[in-house]
Amino acid sequence: MLELRDVNSFYGKAHILQDLSFSVGCGEVVALLGRNGAGKSTTMKSIIQIVRPRSGSVTLAGRELVGQPSYRVARSGIGYVPEDRRIFTALTVLENLEVGRQPRRDGAPFWTVDALFELFPNLYERRNRLGKAMSGGEQQMLTIARTLMGNPSLLLLDEPSEGIAPVIVEQMAHAILRLKAQGLTVMISEQNLHFARVVADRAIIIESGAKKFDGSFEELAAKPEIRDAYLAV
Amino acid sequence: MGFFIAQLLTGLANAAALFLVASGLSLIFGVTRIVNFAHGSFYMLGAYVGITLMGVLPGVLGPHFGFWGAIVLTGLIVGLAGALVEIVVLRPIYRAPELFQLVATFGVILVVQDLALMVWGAEDQMGPRAPGLRGVFRILGEPIPKYDIVLICITPFILLALWALIAKTRLGVLVRAATQDREMVAALGVNQRWLFTGVFALGSALASWGGALQLPKGGADLLMDFNIIGPLFVVTVIGGMGSLPGAFIAAVLISVLNVFGVAYMPQSTLVLMFVVMAIVLIVRPYGLLGKEEVAGEHGQSGAPETPIRPFGQRGKIAVAGLLLVLALLPLVTQPFALVLLTDIVIFALFAASLQFILGTGGLVSFGHAAFYGGGAYAAALMVTYAKTPMEIAFLFAPLGAGMLALVIGWFCIRLSGVYFAMLTLAFSQLVWSLVFQWRAVTRGDDGLIDIWPSAWLSGTVPYYYFTLVVGVLGILFLRTVIHAPFGYALRAGRDSARQAEAMGIDVKRVQYVAFALAGALAGLAGGLFVFAKGSVFPTELEIGKSFDALIVVFLGGVKTLSGGIVGASFMAAVEDWLTRLHYWRLLLGLLIIAVVILAPEGIVGSARRLGLRLGLVKHTEAD
Repeated sequence: MLELRDVNSFYGKAHILQDLSFSVGCGEVVALLGRNGAGKSTTMKSIIQIVRPRSGSVTLAGRELVGQPSYRVARSGIGYVPEDRRIFTALTVLENLEVGRQPRRDGAPFWTVDALFELFPNLYERRNRLGKAMSGGEQQMLTIARTLMGNPSLLLLDEPSEGIAPVIVEQMAHAILRLKAQGLTVMISEQNLHFARVVADRAIIIESGAKKFDGSFEELAAKPEIRDAYLAV
Repeated sequence: MGFFIAQLLTGLANAAALFLVASGLSLIFGVTRIVNFAHGSFYMLGAYVGITLMGVLPGVLGPHFGFWGAIVLTGLIVGLAGALVEIVVLRPIYRAPELFQLVATFGVILVVQDLALMVWGAEDQMGPRAPGLRGVFRILGEPIPKYDIVLICITPFILLALWALIAKTRLGVLVRAATQDREMVAALGVNQRWLFTGVFALGSALASWGGALQLPKGGADLLMDFNIIGPLFVVTVIGGMGSLPGAFIAAVLISVLNVFGVAYMPQSTLVLMFVVMAIVLIVRPYGLLGKEEVAGEHGQSGAPETPIRPFGQRGKIAVAGLLLVLALLPLVTQPFALVLLTDIVIFALFAASLQFILGTGGLVSFGHAAFYGGGAYAAALMVTYAKTPMEIAFLFAPLGAGMLALVIGWFCIRLSGVYFAMLTLAFSQLVWSLVFQWRAVTRGDDGLIDIWPSAWLSGTVPYYYFTLVVGVLGILFLRTVIHAPFGYALRAGRDSARQAEAMGIDVKRVQYVAFALAGALAGLAGGLFVFAKGSVFPTELEIGKSFDALIVVFLGGVKTLSGGIVGASFMAAVEDWLTRLHYWRLLLGLLIIAVVILAPEGIVGSARRLGLRLGLVKHTEAD
């Protein structure tokens, strides 16, 4: 469904992604693993085109995304949840959801505000609160819910468990598994190997913007040297 | 009592147009973070388009539908014009530094001025009366125009409608979201480019409605765009940038104040509103309902600065050679050329002082003429009233301007970015209106005359040398300051205020001192000016004069001191030729817009880049 081929991305002169290639299949949940600064967020941003790759191609169901404005990428069915959440602090929870609302899309689950409140009950209680008056965990749920309002067929989750209380991480894992059960394709970047193993089918490990491992968690468990070399334990 | 009520109602009626215009500016600023200096132009366009439509439509639709239909249609037409400006001029420069955006919208002002002149001619036009609202109501015996009452009744509904649009509709939600984080809005599938265009069109339409609605009370003329900038900025600053209710409260406050000012203190009408603004800002630096601006919050940043370096050997030789040529010129040239050169040196010093605060300090001052004219007036007042000899009066020019800069800076330095720009502009308008209206001392627009240099300096050639020596010394002084530790501290504060603070630099203090220095040197240029011309008029303090300097610095290149000097020379040289053309504003405006979009480094920067490419200049030698 999603395919990256030889993607090279830069911040100014810094060469962040170096010939990165991988693919994500339909209905799959893939974990993108790597240390701080390995290029996980840049990979996400290079897909949604907030960062524009200098070369290489990113295709969704065969359609080229590189060079398109972000709003078109989003409308083609990719939902992006940024790592720093970026909720609209001066808007209420309901208004935040409204910003994300897009028409129904064929071949993707259709979300309503009510369905999202069922998925994240905490948000319902806070629906008329301003974004800035929410805890970190609630903000994280709100960003995911806001993105789901766009009815994506592929969800990009950038470090959803970072800086969040364990109890909320557990709720998040639960929610992601439910999304998976509905047939959503998910790519999730993580430093937390435990969390990744619970929700994902496959692991991709990157270091310095290049791919170092691509396979199941069982294969990864059989190669402790890879884990030791590229993941902070 | 009746008189009091009548005044109050007139003030409230005047507030309608001002609020419409200010709400448009506020809306545009809230979303795009651009202070649209051309907003007054859309106000003016609204008045002209309104008059034209009011002449045509009533014949087709009948008097009532004709009049009100003309107003509605005016908004649609001017809104489209606003959309066009946004797409052509602003879209390419949303990520550029603030100064570029401000200068680009100034280019739009010039273009619109000449277009309006082409279409509607130079004569003032009277606005038509509103049908069925020609008479007056008698309230407590005082006559109140019926149209005023209608305006008073409409205004709250406009506020309510705007509020509902922003608070209750999907468009409003998207607009507010984009105000905070455009990139995220785009990542959620919203085409924010059209959102921006839509907001800009709406803002322009609001301004044009302000222009069209005031027609029955006034009319249309070619100065409307500049004349509304003062009150407009005062209203937005007092109300708080981006706040609609703030704009409403401030528009009412200023309009009512103005009416009472005219009634009770006709000598100080212009000054009054700036005094109110100053008081509000002392208490609330971001206006009544405004929020604090966090610098850099919206992802605007220019390209990294190239470090400045002292001149290399070749540069020093070139400058020395140029000075030698300038020194020897009187031996070979006509007196007229020397007069022109004197003007150029004075303008170059003025521009260099602006470049210093703007380029090195990163403080976009839009009221620098206050110090130039202020210096000129300081010296001229000494000569006129104390019969001070020229040698001493001349010293009062930088001294007076420096003191003025200390006072104005005390208010302005606390703010940054666009607030700083608008505040400096408003304060320069305050100085201008003081000089303009305090006739007993300044003689108003009759100006101060007979301000000539002492005998040993009179004559074209001696005064040319005097100007050359003072001007060059002034510019060298600025250069020395820029390359001294103080200059480093100033640039540190510009590039990263927080980091500079963490390193122990008192950023605000450094900026305050730099602001005063820039003011003093602008005053020095003003002192040179007044003794060169023998007179000074309030025009030297006008917005236009500040913009002249800004454009010169911008054309020359913002990043180096030589930019201001080169720009001033270039401008003075072409000005004589340019202003003889019929539609020179149009040309200049288009040139400015083109420079902003195509060659943002100005003459000096572009020339150097060309030199680098051709291998004529080595990296290390560049200043």
